[in-house]
Amino acid sequence: MSLSTEERRPEPVKAVPVRHVGRWIGGAIVLALAALAVRSIIVNPNFHWELVGPYLFDTRIANGLVTTLLLTVGSMAIGIIGGIVLAIMRLSPNPVLSGAAGVYIWLFRGTPLITQLIFWANLGALYPTFGLGIPFGPEFVTWQTTATITVPVAALLGLGLNEAAYMAEIVRAGISSVDEGQNEAAGALGMTRGKTLRRIVLPQAMRVIIPPTGNQVISMLKTTSLVVVIGYTELTVVAQQIYAQNYKVIPLLVVTAIWYLVCTSVLTVFQGFIERKFSQSTIQTTGWASRMFGFRFGGGKDRQ
Amino acid sequence: MNPMVKAEGVCKRFGRLEVLKGIDLEVQPGEVMCIIGPSGSGKSTFLRCINHLEKVDAGRLSVDGELVGYQQRGDKLYELKENEVAHKRREIGMVFQRFNLFPHMTALENVIEAPVQVKGESKAQARARGAELLDQVGLADKAKNYPRQLSGGQQQRVAIARALAMQPKLMLFDEPTSALDPELVGDVLAVMRQLAKDGMTMVVVTHEMEFAREVADSVVFMDGGVVVEAGKPEDVIRSPEHERTKAFLSRVLRKD
Repeated sequence: MSLSTEERRPEPVKAVPVRHVGRWIGGAIVLALAALAVRSIIVNPNFHWELVGPYLFDTRIANGLVTTLLLTVGSMAIGIIGGIVLAIMRLSPNPVLSGAAGVYIWLFRGTPLITQLIFWANLGALYPTFGLGIPFGPEFVTWQTTATITVPVAALLGLGLNEAAYMAEIVRAGISSVDEGQNEAAGALGMTRGKTLRRIVLPQAMRVIIPPTGNQVISMLKTTSLVVVIGYTELTVVAQQIYAQNYKVIPLLVVTAIWYLVCTSVLTVFQGFIERKFSQSTIQTTGWASRMFGFRFGGGKDRQ
Repeated sequence: MNPMVKAEGVCKRFGRLEVLKGIDLEVQPGEVMCIIGPSGSGKSTFLRCINHLEKVDAGRLSVDGELVGYQQRGDKLYELKENEVAHKRREIGMVFQRFNLFPHMTALENVIEAPVQVKGESKAQARARGAELLDQVGLADKAKNYPRQLSGGQQQRVAIARALAMQPKLMLFDEPTSALDPELVGDVLAVMRQLAKDGMTMVVVTHEMEFAREVADSVVFMDGGVVVEAGKPEDVIRSPEHERTKAFLSRVLRKD
């Protein structure tokens, strides 16, 4: 082989690409089915689209939506804070703390949420009063249980304390996912356990914690409708109350579905933002459209 | 003057496995000691005992005249509290085989984390010194890069700068070049060589015989949890007395 000064450019590959016949047929079938579905949704008069618009912004529906959102935010706040505390207890070298967290998780994950909601609503039957005082000694302040644990409080407690058990496992998985070398490096620099957890471990655990937490929030948004069992009303219950009177079941279900989808979409985009903030240093995340629907624009670049 | 590190009969056991079976050695201030030996000989474990990442089971280990992890009052030993251990570790820098940089922080943030969070230095002051340290290890232009954007050798040099930011009186190196591609080893060793020249007390667990021969004031050969041979590098590496040392060195040096 001789090296000449005139370099021979290799010829670019010109080949007939593989024809993906199956993909085209599959795509055509799916598009046809989608067109049929959309057509029937628009044409079928039983959907009563003329009613959806007015009910979408009905004050009763709006109030129900606000309750749903407040319950979601409140119970998730309890769930996330409780979950972090439980996870740290679970991972503690102290067997009593770790055992207590284990029992809590076992109990709250192991019994139905409906049972827990009803339990909190009926706490007054078990303990008519509760107070602050010296154990086995005198009490300084006493409250009536039924006056303090009202229906909204019971709803928040029921949803939040149950959520904490699930969040605890999510946070624990996140903390465990961080390499032990990180703890050693921080320790060798003179950082205490608490500071290491706050500054080094939790920020890295967030990458693992956020996606399932997003799932939990979206799931909670809809789980809040269970509060109907203790006589509380939110979006779904309000819709039920309205169609119980006027029998317009489908349009009202469409209205609630639209609101749930709007909230879920906003949450999904928001989750994407948080994920990007915490993964700055490690991986690139995908855009909002692909996050929400799984579409891959531009030929689907693989994640690294 | 106290020796910087003094070990007397240090023993360490993991379950039934006895890893250290009575280590005696002394490191003087300003001395560079290289610990060599086959893997599993306990050299890394001993290094980790020095800053109490591992608890000593028996014997005495002290740094700069103070016991590691314990305090003696009268004839009783008291275990140090977690924050007291943390306080003592400030003065001992450690560099790991796998770098262990904080991946969610840039190179500069890695370097200033401990001075700001542990020592309470102002951010501006820590930044200025951090930039100086990164310059010292030849990475002034990488301050804003995250660890994943750096090569192994660069990461390890950031890790050295991070340890130096606490102004330690003793630096521990746990096989600092073992995880590096061969062509990146030189840069890290150059930084360590400069550090030794500046008078830092260093204990280095390493497989780099050339570095040990050239930079170390003393070389310790460990095998099976005991110190087999210790002395000047030219004695231990050039003309070892013990069979085990000879066998080990002939295996290692053949590669050079």
